[in-house]
Amino acid sequence: MSNLAVLPIVIPLISGILLALIHKKIHLVRILAKIFTGLNLIVSLYIMYDVQQNGSIVLESGGWNSPFGIVLVADLLAIVLVVTTNIVALACVFYAPKSLSKQQEEFYFYTFFFMLITGVSGAFLTGDLFNLFVFFEVLLMASYALIVLGGGKVQLRESIKYVLINLFSSMLFVTTIAFLYSVVGTVNMAQIAERVQEVDQKGILTTIAIMLFFVFGTKAALFPLYYWLPKPYIVPNPVVSALFGALLTKVGIYSILRVFTLIFVHDPAFTHNFFIWIAGFTLIFGAVGALSTNNIKLVVAYNIIPAVGFMIMGIGIYNEAALSGAIYYLIHDMIIKAALFLLVGAIAYLAGTSDLRKIRGLIHQYPLLGWLFFLSAFVLAGIPPFSGFIGKLLLLQGGLESGEVVIVIIALLSSLLILLSLMRIFVRGFWGEKDDSIQVNKKAAQSFTIPVVFLLFFSVLLGVGAELFYPMIESISSYLLNPEIYIESVLKE
Amino acid sequence: MTTINDLILRTTTILIAFILFGFSIYLFLAGHSAPGGGFIGGLMASAAIVLMYMAYGYETVRKIIPVDFRFLIPIGLGIAVLSSIGSFLFGQPFLSQTFAYFHLPILGEKELATALLFDLGVFLTVIGVTMTIILSIADDR
Repeated sequence: MSNLAVLPIVIPLISGILLALIHKKIHLVRILAKIFTGLNLIVSLYIMYDVQQNGSIVLESGGWNSPFGIVLVADLLAIVLVVTTNIVALACVFYAPKSLSKQQEEFYFYTFFFMLITGVSGAFLTGDLFNLFVFFEVLLMASYALIVLGGGKVQLRESIKYVLINLFSSMLFVTTIAFLYSVVGTVNMAQIAERVQEVDQKGILTTIAIMLFFVFGTKAALFPLYYWLPKPYIVPNPVVSALFGALLTKVGIYSILRVFTLIFVHDPAFTHNFFIWIAGFTLIFGAVGALSTNNIKLVVAYNIIPAVGFMIMGIGIYNEAALSGAIYYLIHDMIIKAALFLLVGAIAYLAGTSDLRKIRGLIHQYPLLGWLFFLSAFVLAGIPPFSGFIGKLLLLQGGLESGEVVIVIIALLSSLLILLSLMRIFVRGFWGEKDDSIQVNKKAAQSFTIPVVFLLFFSVLLGVGAELFYPMIESISSYLLNPEIYIESVLKE
Repeated sequence: MTTINDLILRTTTILIAFILFGFSIYLFLAGHSAPGGGFIGGLMASAAIVLMYMAYGYETVRKIIPVDFRFLIPIGLGIAVLSSIGSFLFGQPFLSQTFAYFHLPILGEKELATALLFDLGVFLTVIGVTMTIILSIADDR
């Protein structure tokens, strides 16, 4: 049944509504939130299985035929990302009760959490540019609420920046859609893609493409547009930071991936080369930023930026190996960024500060936490058996195939810097003499550790079991290189 | 309580609030074939409630309308979502609508569509959101 495609959007929406009605009964809310998130994960896994067996699911909502109604397209790429989103969400929902204060939880945290999931899943699944905008707004509204939840002074200051920059880019998004609509006369992505191929004057389309890239680049924090990201991402609660770091920028990357493999493939010599330049700068500036600070949360927040750079590099190189690398890296990075944010949140909570200079010798009190951090640093930097390695390897392979040697060298060097930035936390924070002023809080450490172990399990699985996942990723990237399949599955001509 | 004698304001409010409520329901029902709909209907209804608040104060209106407006938001959203996933029961795609002709006692032969349920959800959500915003700003601490 084609209605399957809407379930990952509707289930969190209903749960958000339900939990808003009973928001004071906090114990019941916690249990229900866990059940609903688990249910959503199971449903999306089933949809992924179904898509693998029978090809992509196209839902024409309201029974209106394709270019006229709103379509939801659950192809393999979208549904894999929805599954990853739900894995992250499940870890976060188990982490939340310990990390948030009771007052924050009562004040509709879970409602906003589920709205965020609704928006993210919707943005992945939609087949319509204006609906993509609407789902962007759904997830941004929820993120505005989550970032100020608690109402600390710093949170208010950073949220103003965050809201302003996002409002501006949303406004630009609407303007760009208006331009595109006036050129091609439709907002359905498949039909836009079809008509873009037929239009003679490509200049205006390239302009619109770059404007869209600017919009998504602001959401995804690319090189000249990343300045808003690091601070606002560290001021809210760690669980909120994990959700933001894992999901929000990745929606921007997904949109770039979708739009520039499906719609704007008419002038790759200009657009995609431009991406490689942007990717190079993003890699350098992000990695340098991660080394520039002693705040452990800020180190992880800065690490989002080079990761985004890797993915843009894959889209820019635009051959099968590089695209598979970008997709692999996207999935890997969603999981590992969530794990890292949860980890540094736990470290900051247990050590009582997020200033690296004041933390030392944590390994004596929390050995498991330390080795988990060590493991996730290796995963992020791309040390062979883990998942970061395969994504980067594919990216480098794709880059060398296309002869983009400079970007390959930059990528390798920035990997080193990323490893250095995380090892600094490990070496300075966990090694050294025992700091007796720290009270050991085993129970809190345990409840922080379980979600992280859950995430790292998937991360390791993704690396060690690469043989299992690689055929799927490869079929996605060959699917992306042939936009006709998407167009035909939606328009059914 | 205000010390100003606002007899004229209060008396006209009784009249105008009723007219506004009536007009909001008219707009809500007219949406299918004329300008109007859930959004503008909901805004008009909340305008009526705000007028009552301005003339009579918080306590009085609380007694007349004993509803926590915050709860109207999830209830309205719930109605809208349930009306769109109702189509699952009949094996139709999400957001499908249907209509039928009914013979109503006074109004005679009328077309009733399930789109009205979705609009009811929008109507309640808009009232809930508007009133929550206005009351939480007005409620100074």
